[in-house]
This record gives sequence, structure tokens and C-alpha cells, in this order.
Amino acid sequence: MPDLAPGMRVRTRSTDPDGHTRLPRYARGAVGVLVEEAGVHPLADERARGRAGTPQPVWHVRFAAADLFGAGDHTVTVELWEDYLVPIGERA
Amino acid sequence: MSGTHVGSPIAARVRHVEALLEHRGLLDDGEIDRRIDEFLAGGSPANGARVTARAWVDPGFAERLLADANGAIRELGLSMSGGLQEQRLKVVANTEAEHNVVVCTLCSCYPIALLGPSPGWYKSEAYRSRVVRDPRGVLREFGLQLPGTTRISVWDASAESRYMVLPRRPAGTERLGEEELAGLVTRKGLIGTAAV
Repeated sequence: MPDLAPGMRVRTRSTDPDGHTRLPRYARGAVGVLVEEAGVHPLADERARGRAGTPQPVWHVRFAAADLFGAGDHTVTVELWEDYLVPIGERA
Repeated sequence: MSGTHVGSPIAARVRHVEALLEHRGLLDDGEIDRRIDEFLAGGSPANGARVTARAWVDPGFAERLLADANGAIRELGLSMSGGLQEQRLKVVANTEAEHNVVVCTLCSCYPIALLGPSPGWYKSEAYRSRVVRDPRGVLREFGLQLPGTTRISVWDASAESRYMVLPRRPAGTERLGEEELAGLVTRKGLIGTAAV
């Protein structure tokens, strides 16, 4: 994965994992913009499976409501681990 | 054994696990309640109100608060390190052009150190599922009618950060001191479901 930076457009993964994830269902497979890095934390999905979890950057990712729900003039900013994100232009 | 439990199946299961942990000597009697009390100690919306009032009277503090909230609240003797590790705090400022509102759609993450225990509605499925889709409608139900020209930003506390909204300073409060200003700030104002 290329280095992520604020302003970059990303698509969230659309897969529905078997176990715990912090990628909310409403924000899957959606295109958003990176706002700001929110620290480096072990991936919650792995920790929930009893593993130590790989530390990786977490990002505030801003979505237009219309892109998430098909309606709305607001934005929703979700906090997502890099593992959930694919930069636009790179094939998943 | 910890104190209050409601009569739901999940509570019964938790109580059973707690009893087993105590029986095997992994938990002391009453340890969970003690840990929870320690975590909640000092957590109150009065802290968020103090932070807000300081930001209203001190533009330099406001700037530091928005850039590095954890560092700024330490200036007031506050911290986000009441739990297992210090949590990152993100403060988002309301302006005439933009109104912020906070939710945790996945569970009920909340800045306890600055706001105290969360209100029941914050944890309800109705709030958590609806405010991301229709914040303008939900805020109207809270009695907050925003002008159509004010953009709404919803923040979902889906990972490790906790969020506090910095409300707008009400008009006509130029003569008030910091303490009086803090008295105007409400918990809903700090979550974003009300103006101050």
C-alpha cells in the first residue's frame, strides 16, 4: 500500500468478515477522503481474536452521506484502520 | 461479586463468568466494581464545560485544543488516562458554517473523563442508527433547529479516539467570566445534540 496522506481518496473494503470488525456495515465499499491520522493502534479485528494485533495507522475518513445512504447533505467521519482502506486507483 | 445487575440473560451470563473468576482466584471479591469506580472517578460534564469556557476566553488555548486536545486539557489538570491506557481525544469546533455531532454506531464509546457516564439515549439503537443517516431530523427532535446553510458533520467513534464538541459561545456573553461561562455549557452541547 502506498503511504496514505490527508486529502487522499480511499475506498473501504466491502467484505463482511466472520468476526469482530470496526468497519461499520454502513461504511463498507464506500469512497471517502482521508482527513487526519488518529494515531497508531493494534488492529481491533485481530485483538478480538485473542492476538496481539498489528499496530497500524488509524484515519479519520470523511464520507458524503449521499455516498453512504443515497441521500443527505451532511458528512460522516469514521475512524478506520489502514487495513480497511484501499487508495483509489490501486486495485483491491 | 459486583453490585447491580439487571435481570437480562447477558447479565446472568456475566455474573456467572464473574463468579467463576472469583472462585478460581483470578478476581478479588468486588474488584470489578472497584475498577469501574476508579475509571469513573472525577469524570463529569463539568470538566468538558471548563475546557469549553477556557477555549471561549483564550483563543490560544482553543487553537491548542483543536490541534492536540490531550496536551491542552493537561493545562487544566485533566487527562484521558483514567482507563487501561490514555485515550486520544479529538475536539471538534462548531461554527456558524458547521455543526458537529458525535455518535458511536458500533457500541457506546464516550469521553467519560470529560463528560462523565454517557446518557441512556446515547447508547440507544435509535440514536446510534439514525443520527448518521438523518442528523438534521434527529437534532430537530432534540429541539435543535439548524439553519439550512449550516453543514452537519457527524463523527463516528468507531476506533480508539474519543470526541468532544466545542460549542459556539452564545451571543451576549461578552461580560461573563470563565466560571459563569462554564455554567452555561450542557452535556448535550458537548455531544452536539444541543446548542449552548
